[in-house]
Amino acid sequence: MGESDIYEAVIGLEVHAQLLTDSKIFCGCSTKFGLPPNSQTCPVCTGMPGSLPVLNRKALEFTIKTGLAMNCIIAGFSRFARKNYFYPDLPKGYQISQYELPVCEHGYVEINAGGKVKKIGLTRIHIEEDAGKNIHEGGPYSLVDLNRAGVPLMEIVSEPDMRSPEEAGAYMRKLRTILRYIGVCDGNMEQGSLRCDANVSVRPEGSGAFGTKVELKNMNSFKFVEKALEYEIKRQISAVKKGERIIQETRLWDSAAGVTQPMRTKEEAHDYRYFPEPDLVPFMPAEEWVREIGASIPELPDARRARFVQAYGLPEYDADLLTSERPLAEWFEEAVRLGAQPKPASNWIMGELMRLLNEDGISVEASPLAPAGLVELLSLIDAGTISGKIAKTVFEEMYRSRKPASAIVKEKGLLQISDESELSSLIDQVIGANPNEAGRYRGGEEKLLGFFVGQVMKATKGKANPGMINKLLKEKLKKD
Amino acid sequence: MIESADVLKIAGLSRLALTEEEVKLYSNQLSAILQHIEKLKELDTRDVGPTSHVLDIRNVMREDLTAPSLPVDDALGNCPDPKGGFYRVPRIIE
Repeated sequence: MGESDIYEAVIGLEVHAQLLTDSKIFCGCSTKFGLPPNSQTCPVCTGMPGSLPVLNRKALEFTIKTGLAMNCIIAGFSRFARKNYFYPDLPKGYQISQYELPVCEHGYVEINAGGKVKKIGLTRIHIEEDAGKNIHEGGPYSLVDLNRAGVPLMEIVSEPDMRSPEEAGAYMRKLRTILRYIGVCDGNMEQGSLRCDANVSVRPEGSGAFGTKVELKNMNSFKFVEKALEYEIKRQISAVKKGERIIQETRLWDSAAGVTQPMRTKEEAHDYRYFPEPDLVPFMPAEEWVREIGASIPELPDARRARFVQAYGLPEYDADLLTSERPLAEWFEEAVRLGAQPKPASNWIMGELMRLLNEDGISVEASPLAPAGLVELLSLIDAGTISGKIAKTVFEEMYRSRKPASAIVKEKGLLQISDESELSSLIDQVIGANPNEAGRYRGGEEKLLGFFVGQVMKATKGKANPGMINKLLKEKLKKD
Repeated sequence: MIESADVLKIAGLSRLALTEEEVKLYSNQLSAILQHIEKLKELDTRDVGPTSHVLDIRNVMREDLTAPSLPVDDALGNCPDPKGGFYRVPRIIE
């Protein structure tokens, strides 16, 4: 039997995550983003002769924390290595990285793949320093900014366990969520604090062997990771079907053209000549320290999502969305703790709160509305003080003015009209003004009830108690 | 034995331009170093753990505190061709 002519993709990702430290990995220069070029450098990060690196404790702590959150084995003995190559953004002529003894190995994260939980293996997580930034402005020159040189990075290397661009996207998103939950990386792909390279190959489905892999670079958003992989997989499958050979190479994603292109550089074949870094002594993180770091890890998104379904009876969809960011999950839980019913609270957060935050382009941490505000609003609805429709107006006003719901209701005269005699005379007016519709309703067109409800709501600017209108309308339209 | 081709390859990776005499000199010197390593390999090290570092110390770290950086003019002081606060270098991408 010949090989299947259905092909599958084999994808592994290398993710670089910038650690949220204040200072660089081996010196005291600031890691702040967006400052003037070359204003954050010193003899250590520019590789001046005689300068010596000293490891930032927080960088190691954050890497161990990440390893623990991703089910890795934390090495009892770890050391740095020199990766030698010449490039203008690397002032020392080598990058301090790790080679055969990384901080973390043999972990995994779980993703949702087509409704099923799938484990994506992690080969290793190691610490290294970032290089500077090159700007190619056209002409015979490039410009170099070394502010980023020496910023601490983790490189998270996955096993080739993903089979589709969707799985790769889900894996990236899961990594980002975990990194943000544990507070070690801000996950900002546009600013480059989370970067992704992919190794991708294709093979006949069911084959155990690997095809020739191509490395993809320059994908600075989740969307581009998925699109670049989609394009590259199609390209490789069609090449293989035509009997062409895949060349092992690095290709860049061109987001404007929507294609991957071979990368052309003046670099010679890589020969990094790794060797143990003599300027840094080895590391043996004490077991007690590792335990302490483990104890500082908060409840992770998967566990929290499961608990939200279990404890609050939320649908999977709600739980998934609410736990996607830790501050959002905390906002929700605070509202529930203060007395909100879980499902209504979830609806308001996913609907109105997210809408307003998105409009303003701010995160929930910067929300002008606190959970207590929502709780008060929900209690006004439950007590019949305001209608659900008016509540939306009040919610937005609370968000804009930071005033409590009750004050807004009072100020703007938004109290729900539940006074039977007041509503009754209003309804008489509405029926009187629409004799044609009233006749048709009585003739059996009962769906016209909605029309009358709408008219009453319009007359009261949405303040009428909907249950009462329904009841009164039905009574009055039946008579005669 | 280190051949001339090996020396030229290493010199290329290290951005070094060597004369013919230098290539000869270094291939002899590097060969002598490797021969010496071969000699050392004769030693029985079955009961000796691998050395990671010549100093017998571990876990040297600093706290995550920022310190002032160099003024930009000082940082670029050795740069032959700075421009607008950047190091200007021959074009990197073809």
